[in-house]
Amino acid sequence: MSDVGTYLYAVALDEDAAPAEGLTGVAGEPVRAIAHAGLVAYVSAVPLSEFGEEPLRQSLEDMDWLGETARAHHRVVEAVAAKAPTAPVRLVTVYNDEAQIRALLERRRDDFVRLLSRVAGRREWGVKVYVAPSAPPPAAAEPAAHSSPGTAYLKKRQASLHTREEAWRQGVERAERIHDVLSSVAVAGHRHRPQDPQLSGREEWMVLNGAYLVDEGRAEEFGRVVEGLRGEGIDVELTGPWAPYSFTTPVDTKESEDRDARS
Amino acid sequence: MTDPMVRQPYSPAGREPANLADILERVLDRGIIIAGDIRVNLLDIELLTIKLRLIIASVDTARELGIDWWEHDPWLTGKNQDLLEENRRLRDRLAVVEESLAPRQALEAEADPPRRRAREAEEPDE
Repeated sequence: MSDVGTYLYAVALDEDAAPAEGLTGVAGEPVRAIAHAGLVAYVSAVPLSEFGEEPLRQSLEDMDWLGETARAHHRVVEAVAAKAPTAPVRLVTVYNDEAQIRALLERRRDDFVRLLSRVAGRREWGVKVYVAPSAPPPAAAEPAAHSSPGTAYLKKRQASLHTREEAWRQGVERAERIHDVLSSVAVAGHRHRPQDPQLSGREEWMVLNGAYLVDEGRAEEFGRVVEGLRGEGIDVELTGPWAPYSFTTPVDTKESEDRDARS
Repeated sequence: MTDPMVRQPYSPAGREPANLADILERVLDRGIIIAGDIRVNLLDIELLTIKLRLIIASVDTARELGIDWWEHDPWLTGKNQDLLEENRRLRDRLAVVEESLAPRQALEAEADPPRRRAREAEEPDE
């Protein structure tokens, strides 16, 4: 059995696909394009000593390795998506050889074409909304002079919790409204899980971590809408354009739900 | 901030490098999953570990705020989770049983040391 696997990054339409020359993938290997059945698969060779199932169990636990691999994967996907409609494939999808990938392109051709036509001429944008954890507690929360220190502490704590809860509730409501507004400009929206402060690197609560698939012709309008959201106690971060990562997972799209419902 | 409205083929080199958390949530959570003849089939358990790493801090915050999405997250409620849950239930039951037996065992232990040793042997499992 060979000790080299074939790592798959993305699938694109062959028509105006990006050349693979000059692209470097995971493990520092050069990226190749396999054109077949009107599609192009972007791949590179990977040592199974590192990308085999067993070694991966360990590697994936290593955040440095994971970060490096994720960035390398992402670089290839981005370069390809800049040139042609692209369907990114999940991290560490490894095949035995190219023949298997050709067979895949042939077998799943219709699915790929359907997915790629959905993202053609569109870009994914990320929008994160942050709210301040809590406003200063209202003056009424001051403990009455006659209460014991214990009661005063509990009351203060209760008031503070109440303020936090209220701030969170309001933040979540705003996030709902913002998501609706952005979705109305976008072709589709997907909400990622809000990131913890440790991940976002910000103290404020992230109440919305959305991804939106936007027609290229409406990108400007989308940007304006996002800018307009900034305001009192609320901050908005726009990232992108991304390759359409969030919109090439069939199980999550409205269309596929409809299709499933019909079939 | 870079003007998102610039209508030109986007150039990854010209932008700030994307945040790793943003990349990870996309490359791990999204993107096409191809089942079938792949050489490396990432089982739920591996991704679960990573996901747990990423969200572990979020869990406490969320729990504090009464949010329990992870209890409905298919990643976290797969077969593995069922086993963990069953394991937990069995341990709880075992604890109840042990508790009800404890006074009697304590009495017996004085008269019968081997039985006590047997009980201690179970403890690392806790």
